[in-house]
Amino acid sequence: MRFIARRLLLTVPVLVGVATLVFSLIHLVPGDPVEAMLGESASRQDVANLRQQLGLDRPLYVQYGSFLRGAVIGDLGRSLRTGQRVTAAIAERMPATVELAMAAMLFAIVVAVPLGIAAAVRSGTAIDHGATTLALIGISLPGFWLGPVLAIVFAVELGWLPVSGRGTPAHLILPAITLGAPLAAVLARMTRASVLEELHEQYVLAARARGVSRTRAVLRHAFRNSLIPIVTVLGLQVGAVLTGAVITETIFAWPGVGRLLIQSITFRDYPLVQGCILLIAVAYVGMNLLTDVVYGLLDPRIRYE
Amino acid sequence: MVRAGAAIVAVGLLAAVVGPWLVPFNPASQELAARLASPSAVHPLGLDELGRDVLARILGGARISFFVGVVVVGVSAAVGTVVGAVAGYFGGLVDDLISRVIDTLLAFPGLLLATAIVAVLGPSLVNVVLALTVIGWVGYARLARGQALRAREFEYVQAARAVGAGTGRILWRHIAPAVAPAVVVQATLGMAGAIVGEASLSFLGLGVQPPTPSWGTMLNGGRAHLLDAPHLTIFPGLAIATLVLGFNFLGDGLRDLADPKSR
Repeated sequence: MRFIARRLLLTVPVLVGVATLVFSLIHLVPGDPVEAMLGESASRQDVANLRQQLGLDRPLYVQYGSFLRGAVIGDLGRSLRTGQRVTAAIAERMPATVELAMAAMLFAIVVAVPLGIAAAVRSGTAIDHGATTLALIGISLPGFWLGPVLAIVFAVELGWLPVSGRGTPAHLILPAITLGAPLAAVLARMTRASVLEELHEQYVLAARARGVSRTRAVLRHAFRNSLIPIVTVLGLQVGAVLTGAVITETIFAWPGVGRLLIQSITFRDYPLVQGCILLIAVAYVGMNLLTDVVYGLLDPRIRYE
Repeated sequence: MVRAGAAIVAVGLLAAVVGPWLVPFNPASQELAARLASPSAVHPLGLDELGRDVLARILGGARISFFVGVVVVGVSAAVGTVVGAVAGYFGGLVDDLISRVIDTLLAFPGLLLATAIVAVLGPSLVNVVLALTVIGWVGYARLARGQALRAREFEYVQAARAVGAGTGRILWRHIAPAVAPAVVVQATLGMAGAIVGEASLSFLGLGVQPPTPSWGTMLNGGRAHLLDAPHLTIFPGLAIATLVLGFNFLGDGLRDLADPKSR
């Protein structure tokens, strides 16, 4: 419990820092942010009204306090374009992003774990070199290229899958592969390294000496013990998945938070931009916290460091 | 792996430097009548939606990619290494303050913060470089801090301190060489990250603005023509993937050389 409480306490200053940075974003806009939002043709009255609506006419420390309070109670203002509450707009899009992220992670696990285990078991052979090279290629393929290429092949040429949108499970396949491919590559490398390390441990050799089959020794003994670093990498990669979702959702017109962010940037809807960034950052911090806590629970040595 | 990576990067660099002179077309000149033309003998990679030569634009885009990579990595590595080494060497309050800033910036998925910064500053090449540098230095700082923390306990560093060497001299002569190998490996992999970062922001319409050629902007333009001109998507993407793969091969190979245990 003390470990969890300490880890939670350490997260508080980070969250305050995150909120401060997100708050300061609107003040980084060159010139007057209100005029930037409304455009040159806006009347003085409109500019004054919006400035008041956003609270930008108040002293900076009051704005900051109000933003922090709003962030804690979930009141991030209203979208300039639609008038909808920022939290409601994000909540509406959240299920789509979560669905995509989960599908991408599932794809990554299904592809990467067997590949990583095969590479470790056959270390130094053509299978290992092939898997390692494939993983490095996977890391190097940017999603904004892989996505359109998959769409050209499987949607345009073969006509097997829809090009864009959300609705049926078929709509999910191409975005999930696009988002999951780099994660699969990282995970395959980690699985290989982790299983390889365990394979050299004496308990695996002892299991083999006792007559345990090679497959059982790998899967029941080495792989199970190599799971901690693999799960940790998976947790830490959530940030990459969330960032990748912005691009993947844009490519496939997937109605999630990432696409909402890009749309709000296009319309200079800064309250919505701030809300999306804050939410993604907080989700990222939360996942890192969860990963740390789970790691600490699984491996007691971490708790006492 | 190092050789393959170095060869790919060298070819890419050569293409960026001399390539635009070898192609008889300007990346901005248009043949509107032949827009979206497929690859041919005259235009080996075809023409884009405005009738511009795709090969000329890819070579022009290579210059932008290398420029962004070198500037972002150079500044990030320099700033991050100095800040991280100072934090690690001095410890105490200095370390606490710097570590809190690092923790806060690391709390954002990197490219997301860059997207936010460019979104408020406005889309341009300068702002892309600025945003990628703001997110880039943190990784080097964390790395250098860890290395410096280790290095300050080395006997030769303590001996230098004991004989009265100044802080600046210890940092420059003893800590910096201990930190450098890890930073070089990180910088090589960082080139790949910076190139993808610029291309991602340009793809989202937040980076390099037309008519300046950029691989990300080219891919963004190709999205509307997946059906009738897939070459607009395939070739710029191949250029990015190949160069990034080259830097990743090089970085991975260098890491193996620097730390044989990781092999």
